[in-house]
Amino acid sequence: MSKTDTDNSREQEDLGAAGSQLSTAPREEPANLPGLGVIGWTRWFWRQLTSMRVALLLLLLLSLGAIPGSLIPQTGADAGKVEDFRAAHTTLAPVYDKLGLFHVYSSVWFSAIYILLFVSLIGCIVPRTWQFVGQLRGRPPAAPKRLTRLPAYTTWRTEADPEQVREAALALLKKRRFRAHAAGDAVAAEKGYLRELGNLAFHVALIVLLVAFASGQLYKSDGTKLMVEGDGFSNALPMYDDFKSGSLFQTDDLVPFSFDLTDFRGTYEVSGPNKGTPRTYEAKIKYSEGAYGKEKATTVKVNEPLKIDDAKVYLVSHGYAPVITVRDGKGKVVYRDAVPLLPLDGNVTSQGVVKVMDGYRDAKGAKDQLGIKAFFLPTYGGPGMEIASAFPALLNPMLNLEPYHGDLGVDSGLPQSVYQLDKTHMKDFKDAKGAQLRVNLQPGETMKLPDGAGTVTFEKNIKEWAGFEIVQERGSGWALGGAVTAIFGLAGSLFIQRRRVWVRAVRGADGVTVVEMAGLGRSESAKVPEELGVLAGHLYDRAPGAPDSGAASDADPAETPDPQVVPAEGAEK
Amino acid sequence: MTLAAATNEHLASLSNTLIYSSMAVYTLAFFAYIAEWLFGSRSKVARTAAALTADAARTASAPAVTVKQAGGTTVLERPKVVVRSASGARDVPDGPGAHGGDEQGDLYGRIAVSLTVLAFLVELGGVVTRAASVQRAPWGNMYEFNITFSTVAVGVYLGLLVLRKNVRWLGLFLITTVLLDLGLAVTVLYTASDQLVPALHSYWLYIHVSTAIFCGAVFYVGAVATVLYLFKDSYENKLQTGGKPGRFASSVLERLPASASLDKFAYRVNAAVFPLWTFTIIAGAIWAGDAWGRYWNWDPKETWSFITWIAYACYLHARATAGWKGRKAAYLAMIAFACWLFNYYGVNIFVSGKHSYADVGLGVLRTAGF
Ligand code: HEM
Repeated sequence: MSKTDTDNSREQEDLGAAGSQLSTAPREEPANLPGLGVIGWTRWFWRQLTSMRVALLLLLLLSLGAIPGSLIPQTGADAGKVEDFRAAHTTLAPVYDKLGLFHVYSSVWFSAIYILLFVSLIGCIVPRTWQFVGQLRGRPPAAPKRLTRLPAYTTWRTEADPEQVREAALALLKKRRFRAHAAGDAVAAEKGYLRELGNLAFHVALIVLLVAFASGQLYKSDGTKLMVEGDGFSNALPMYDDFKSGSLFQTDDLVPFSFDLTDFRGTYEVSGPNKGTPRTYEAKIKYSEGAYGKEKATTVKVNEPLKIDDAKVYLVSHGYAPVITVRDGKGKVVYRDAVPLLPLDGNVTSQGVVKVMDGYRDAKGAKDQLGIKAFFLPTYGGPGMEIASAFPALLNPMLNLEPYHGDLGVDSGLPQSVYQLDKTHMKDFKDAKGAQLRVNLQPGETMKLPDGAGTVTFEKNIKEWAGFEIVQERGSGWALGGAVTAIFGLAGSLFIQRRRVWVRAVRGADGVTVVEMAGLGRSESAKVPEELGVLAGHLYDRAPGAPDSGAASDADPAETPDPQVVPAEGAEK
Repeated sequence: MTLAAATNEHLASLSNTLIYSSMAVYTLAFFAYIAEWLFGSRSKVARTAAALTADAARTASAPAVTVKQAGGTTVLERPKVVVRSASGARDVPDGPGAHGGDEQGDLYGRIAVSLTVLAFLVELGGVVTRAASVQRAPWGNMYEFNITFSTVAVGVYLGLLVLRKNVRWLGLFLITTVLLDLGLAVTVLYTASDQLVPALHSYWLYIHVSTAIFCGAVFYVGAVATVLYLFKDSYENKLQTGGKPGRFASSVLERLPASASLDKFAYRVNAAVFPLWTFTIIAGAIWAGDAWGRYWNWDPKETWSFITWIAYACYLHARATAGWKGRKAAYLAMIAFACWLFNYYGVNIFVSGKHSYADVGLGVLRTAGF
């Protein structure tokens, strides 16, 4: 590498100012340590932070830092998984906790990396923008002394006057949208400023993107609500099943609206290899904006959320809610409700729990509680297929109930899932053989609890439920704008070549004009010599060659088509 | 069974037949490429060594206008452009390609390319019939993903050939991995075509996945070039410092393009798809925004796409940073491609196994394979 560097600096001297400012990339400076007190150190630190080397390092760190979050369970994605992990790894979990590894993307160290990166980015963009403006105001640098040293070079002798040649060259270059001007005995021209502009736009867009993303995170709210057909919801904190929000979010920020789920409908492929694949999910709802808005009806589909101001209502899940009626020992109805069950697979095999807490009395009239495990198949495929549903729609519903009685433990103060049964204080109901009672019911059928402890009925009208996610996130428009700008900026930055062309025309010692043309690209590219060849061809037509004094006729005799590009030995094609 | 189901099964088995046939033709192409390399090795090519040991004074001399005397009148030729490589770069000519200038080798090479075209068409047929049999895009599972991916990778290679790029030397390396990829697909990853997918009908998802596959194929071509660059570069280094590389290494590496050309090719390829990769991630975010409620969720797939993106950005930055050009940048490119691979295979196998159906209610709607 060191060889390359010295070569480069030698080359730089050869070219003088010609190659300077072809980009606005910061120059790499040696990392000399300053000895100048606080200001010196600050300046040193700032220079380091805004150098390409450190930007590169920070980028690497950012990608490394993102890895643990994809491998370790994250509280933001699934708090339950984190709890399982904590239980399974008692020594590792506290260490992870200290390092913030359960919430990597909001941890101190991850934030530190990207904040440093963006400080670096800003520190990089500002001077580059000024430099670029300066370059736009200025003119392309004058021709270097020895054009032969440039990556692409050509020359010929002509009988036209040098002034004429220069004029023709200036006109030609301007016509081809180069910024060109005559300086001394040569014309200097440059093209491809859009590259730099694209590059700056891209980096600015990254900042916009980050700011939009960050403010979105800080102000966002995100909650879920499970609703059985007929249920209503109004957008207030207590209505949510589950609610998360950013640190700057305030309850007042919730957009006021309310809606009722009137009907949920799912359709499925009924045949072929995709049998059972969902085709449509639709939730018909009635909603009203504001506190007293007019009621409107609409349909929310999987990829088509309902948008109200900054809030969006997504349909994210669905399942069945069989209506269950429980009568106690005296025949009194103590429970009648639609019980939402959670799906276990693509054919909506579902399970859940019916909890009867108050009012139930057993055969002897004593207060008791009931917990009934429910396992539901929307389509029972026939004997031997009790384990899983055969189809997601309600073709042949079957409900398997497994009742227990005792203390549900809901009053213990510990949070409890409505979908799980804590059996620590519950007793089985036994069947005739002394095993746990389990009964399969079809709609309309009733199960008797042993010894006159009551009945459980699986009602005919099975309801469906829909899970909604209500998200409020600002700045997604900005994020999208930033993203689109980033793509275009990037394309400009990567696909446009910034290059310079010089044309020198001077009268030689024998009175014949010598034209020299040379091209320089920011990076080596086949396009620069090709373009130079085309330009030379056009200029040659205006200033045709003069016969040489005969000395040069030993040149390569091979015919090459116009525009000719002859690679020097070893040059890249 | 309905009539529609019968046609679908018929199409699915046709697809399998086509995929197996394409593997057979790829195998023939593989042998033809081998023959190309074997015949090529007979000719003695040692241009790299010659160039590196030759006099340093060989840099381009100023060209002269050529004058041709033709029957008394003087016909002037147009000026020629002389190209110099940047200072510091080694002036090494590109190798002649696998055939090494040997005529018979070249013939085998041409046969190999023709067979590759045939195999590509057959495989493409296999992918299309598979898609028709499941009536959706052919990337619902890893089997389908693998066959689509290798088809696109070969398509990219053939596309470069059609554009008259000097890339025939890629053939053997590419076809070898395509055969491995297909072998893996039909044995370990095979999934019968009645796989369920949820009805996530969003054209953003289609755009997202198809561009992701295309980007992957192009990144793959770039990665092959990068690996070859690393070999060729150490070979040139060895020659330059007076070392004597082994005969096999010389025979293979002499025929490849110069390390500088390989490096540049790899850069071009990677830089050219980087904006598309950026777009792919954004399309995914838009889809996620429509389907999940948040456009960025840090789920493992998204995270690894982001990591891959940053890794390629690192590579592009490295190339613009003094002291990081060349081998160091090439290592970054390899890391970046490894991230891409991990995103598609690793995340599916190791990570999403733990993460899928995280919350069952949502899981059912959210499983999209990607
Ligand atoms: C999120 C972080 C960043 C990403 C994804 C990113 C990405 C890119 C990309 C893709 C390019 C185009 C490379 C090329 O022209 O070949 C580029 C160029 C550049 N970046 Fe960044 N960049 C980031 C941060 C930074 C930072 C922090 C700095 C400042 C220290 C910086 C300075 C530059 C410069 C100077 C160039 C132009 C190089 C040249 O003209 O040769 N970038 N960046």
